[in-house]
Amino acid sequence: MTAREAILEAVRRNVPRPAVALPPLLAAGAQAIGTSIGFKEHLTDLPEVPGCQGGPCLPHFRRQLEAMGGTSFDVADDAAARAKIAELFPAAKVVCSAVPEVPGARRVEQVRDPRELGDVDVGVVRSRLGVAEAGAVWLTQEDLVVNALGVLAQHLVVLLDPTAVVPTMHDAYALLDVAASPYGVFMAGPSATGDIEGVIIHGAQGARTLTVLFLAPAIRKDQP
Amino acid sequence: MMRAVDPEARAARFIALEEHESTHDRVVWGMRQHRDKAVAGVPEWEKLRELASQIKEHTLTHLDRYLEQFEENATRLGTHVHWARDAPEHNATVYDILQAHGVRSLIKSKSMLQEECGMTPYLEKRGITVTESDLGERIQQLSHEPPSHIVVPAIHKLRTDVAQLFAREIGSDPGNADPHYLAEAMRGNARPRFLAADAAMTGANFAVAETGGFVVCTNEGNADIGASVPPLHVASIGIEKLIPRARDLGVFIRMLSRSALGTAITQYTSHFHGPRRGGELHVVLVDDTRSERLGSPDFWHALKCIRCGACMNTCPVYRRGGGLSYGATYSGPIGVILDPGFDLEKYRELPFHSSLCGSCTEVCPVKIDISDQIYKWRRVVAAKGMLRLTKRVGMSALGATLGHPTAFHAAESVSETALAHLPRFALYNALNPWGRHRELPAVPRRTFRQWYLEHRAKSGD
Repeated sequence: MTAREAILEAVRRNVPRPAVALPPLLAAGAQAIGTSIGFKEHLTDLPEVPGCQGGPCLPHFRRQLEAMGGTSFDVADDAAARAKIAELFPAAKVVCSAVPEVPGARRVEQVRDPRELGDVDVGVVRSRLGVAEAGAVWLTQEDLVVNALGVLAQHLVVLLDPTAVVPTMHDAYALLDVAASPYGVFMAGPSATGDIEGVIIHGAQGARTLTVLFLAPAIRKDQP
Repeated sequence: MMRAVDPEARAARFIALEEHESTHDRVVWGMRQHRDKAVAGVPEWEKLRELASQIKEHTLTHLDRYLEQFEENATRLGTHVHWARDAPEHNATVYDILQAHGVRSLIKSKSMLQEECGMTPYLEKRGITVTESDLGERIQQLSHEPPSHIVVPAIHKLRTDVAQLFAREIGSDPGNADPHYLAEAMRGNARPRFLAADAAMTGANFAVAETGGFVVCTNEGNADIGASVPPLHVASIGIEKLIPRARDLGVFIRMLSRSALGTAITQYTSHFHGPRRGGELHVVLVDDTRSERLGSPDFWHALKCIRCGACMNTCPVYRRGGGLSYGATYSGPIGVILDPGFDLEKYRELPFHSSLCGSCTEVCPVKIDISDQIYKWRRVVAAKGMLRLTKRVGMSALGATLGHPTAFHAAESVSETALAHLPRFALYNALNPWGRHRELPAVPRRTFRQWYLEHRAKSGD
């Protein structure tokens, strides 16, 4: 008998009875964001979970992101985004970009091997979805082009459409098709650790800082 | 016969290190307080606990189907799926994969399952360099110790311990015990290892049957670096990690880090569905006594565990005695109910390393009846005749007294009189371990029964 057969057979023999029914998921008060494809249909389930506490999602997202160690800024346009990056990281030698708004010294599309990203000072990417309660942005292989950009860059800058923020993780999972990309990550602030006496330190292994710039994409190529 | 772990003696050694014990207690209790604050911000918390518990129970009562579904979908995405009955089979499977790819150096992120399997020493013996990438786990690897906590593996250590360790092992300044400096020193040491590794290994927090993918939660992003830099990614997944739907993740992700550290989410919540561009992905589905536990009416609920560590942070015994006192892969209350399932003989003392206060059950996000299971393991140990002599004698005297009301009332009055008049040394002696760190409360004038009888007489009923 193969290990597979043996395990499945043992599980079948031992599954507890009576069986327990799968509860329906009462999802959150999802707000239509409608800016991208790759999302499933909007939620129609009953709102059960309170949405953004204390008003609209964006301020809540910013507070939560800050609590996770990240920062966020409003930028008026592409030029303002580039200026903000230059202002925040004046000493940066290698800016590696995955977005059209910021050319960068290096285009991630040109990278052949993830190890080439070991010297990146600032990575620039665009997220298609933010989650207010977690202060998190969703990034996939399509957004990052080379997944390692999100974790090898010393500093990460994430462009986010301010209207693409949902209240809770329930909303995010209802909208996203997580299986559509081989890699998808909710990133909430920079890399962190509390492993030494519980002291919170940012920049453990991945990005030292995470900055969100609120900027709608100039070309809504995602829209149907 | 393997000698049983003696958690009391091991805890006593930790408690003797006064600064370690007090710092550990403070830091771990701090995590519990952060958890309370985070939970208070989620009014639907109890509803989430109920949902999480039901989803896990549903999955476990249909586990064969979900395993097959996961395998089918994962395979469709291009993931290689392997199965392992036990730890040796897991390790051999992993080694075969690594060998087939000519892997010499491996970067791994924290996996309790790989700890459980003793994978690292197994691979090291076969010439593979294994580097832990989680800071706490790396500290433990360099110390040749198992993790003392599921979430923060080196939390029993002081910053000065880490400063000395890093000075010896990676050449940092022995006089600098600033945690920021120490974390930076390890970042500098780990980066080249990440870039030079031939393969990465991770565990998984959740595996989703309907999609064939899995989710890894870290705060350092170390699993993500591993999965994105070397071309080969191997994940070890316990068969109990399955959940049915991607949407179920909303429930669990909202609870995991709030329960663990009191943050709304881990910094990285990473979803892997098939190999990344230019990469190869393997998963090893591991049983290792889980299917057997599934058949135990008293203990199968422990398989619901999502490894958040909340039960450890709240446990008065864990906080004082430290995680290494359990002498096992899993420590704290969840360890007390998991470890005897792996080796009853070795871990027979663990169910007694608890005050049965029940706080673990209260904070468990998936509603595992942890304290009830601790009690049930005590019964198993007693039924197998494995109780220690001191417990057997004490218990049978107690049983005789509690079993006979007259004897109990007599004993009650006598002991209270005795407590009030016995010299102090009679209570605080070497034979009474409970007296070592405690003072008794003032003795009431009357027993509750005496008071009750008087008042019943007065009220006339």
